[in-house]
Amino acid sequence: MGKSYIKTSLFYIGIAAITILPLIVFLWMFLTGLKTQMENLAIPPKIIFSPTLQNFKSVFAQNDFLKYLFNSFIVAVFAVAISLLFGLPAAYAIARFKMHKIGLTLLIARMIPFISYLIPWFIIFRKLRLVDTYIALITTHLIITLPFIIWIMVNFFENVPLSLEEAARIDGCSYFQVFIRILIPVVRNGIFTSSVLGFIFSWNQFLFSLILSGNRTMTVPVAVFKFISYEEINWGGLAAAATTITLPPLILTLFIQKHMIKGLTSGAVKG
Amino acid sequence: MKNRVRYTFILPALLLMTIIVAFPIIYNLYMSLHIWFVASGSGPHWNGLKNYIALLSDKRFWNSIRVTIVFTVGALGSEVLIGVLLALFFNRQFKGKDIIKTIFLFPIAATPVAVSLIWGMMYNYDLGIINVLLKAIGLPPLLWLADPRWVIPALVITDAWQWTPLILLIVLSNLESLPTDPFESAKVDGANSLQVILYITLPMVKPAIIVAAMIRSIDAIKTFDLIYVMTQGGPNIASENLNLYIFNMGFSYFRMGMASALAIVLFTIVMAVNVFLAVIRNRDVT
Repeated sequence: MGKSYIKTSLFYIGIAAITILPLIVFLWMFLTGLKTQMENLAIPPKIIFSPTLQNFKSVFAQNDFLKYLFNSFIVAVFAVAISLLFGLPAAYAIARFKMHKIGLTLLIARMIPFISYLIPWFIIFRKLRLVDTYIALITTHLIITLPFIIWIMVNFFENVPLSLEEAARIDGCSYFQVFIRILIPVVRNGIFTSSVLGFIFSWNQFLFSLILSGNRTMTVPVAVFKFISYEEINWGGLAAAATTITLPPLILTLFIQKHMIKGLTSGAVKG
Repeated sequence: MKNRVRYTFILPALLLMTIIVAFPIIYNLYMSLHIWFVASGSGPHWNGLKNYIALLSDKRFWNSIRVTIVFTVGALGSEVLIGVLLALFFNRQFKGKDIIKTIFLFPIAATPVAVSLIWGMMYNYDLGIINVLLKAIGLPPLLWLADPRWVIPALVITDAWQWTPLILLIVLSNLESLPTDPFESAKVDGANSLQVILYITLPMVKPAIIVAAMIRSIDAIKTFDLIYVMTQGGPNIASENLNLYIFNMGFSYFRMGMASALAIVLFTIVMAVNVFLAVIRNRDVT
């Protein structure tokens, strides 16, 4: 008791006051989605109200929302899968044969504004009549996911002891067999972390999808943005849509929380 | 043998990167030296450096540069300052620390379009929670996004909400990995907490702070989603940063040559800032 007790209490109050800040915005988003239009227009805002799922129901019923969710999902899954297919062997080669110059090039690729990629790709896809196709979206999302996944995986491959590979090679395994049978299982944590982050990046991507998607392939961030223009007053519906699209990244975060920050910084630390 | 393996592993990715990354950049550079009004139907024609020269006397370009600088300095400055202070505050053992670290991951992972949409509602003049709170403590409500003087501070606040946690968590994880000896010997020598923080802790985490600042600066200079969703560059062009101006040049006015030249300028700025930060970091390391 006494002085240290007060000090500890103050510390926890401070912690709580700071931690409420990130949470309160999500909470406000969710509660706005649970309110009726009348309740959302009330001044001062109602703290006590009877929650309704009506807004969520109408989001899914009215706006082809399931189709948009599906589009986002397909684009993200393919962008990540193709990135792994090409990126894992590359990351291994960069780590094992110390090709650091290539690593630096990847960092520069990250600094290039997305719009620098978007202008040429828009012109090309328009010519090939590929605007509003999955091909256009997946290709451009690869610009983000491929260098990112290589980046993270270089770090993971560098931490694998060389002796592990050499032992297998003495037993007669080829480089390729060693890679598939020994290395891939060893770096599975890295594959999981980088895949989840790559998925989140693709899911959240707005600029490429805004220009290159159309009615058939629209992804959820673009769909939600388009709601804003004609549903400006319908706060409940907008908030319900915003909650729905941001929920998958938040849930995925829970699975990679231990490695997420390391993953987000790994490339820049070396460059 | 070894060489063949090396190239078989890396060539497919290199080839793909060349197609999706290197090729558009070269195309971008080429386009920036041409006039091409896409909607006209005729192809691009050579214009030399005139696109770049035209920018020098383009008031809207200089406005977008000013917005980019003010927004980036405001966002980066507040995020680094608050992030580092919070990291120092959180840098001790306490119950629930892991849960709190998880909570701070949420804004980082949240879809920027959703975040911008919600903050746009929170800034609403009549119904937004922020003006309600301002009135509750006796301050006058603000127009926020509709007021040219307040629109950039409002955007900075939203950006800081989303990205301060990244700085906080990077610096905190670095603080947690520091060796304890220097702190103990400083205590033995009679240093007070403020001295320890200023002369021992901060110099030790400085490289991590710079890395965090690099990551944030890359994205802050290029900010698009946040501004486009919340204000579309408005009111008028009060919050139109360089990236939005490029977007409008290319996809509202279809002047692809000019948009490409602007994109090259934006890339140059991002590179310059990062080379500068890398130099600061490397000077300290060696």
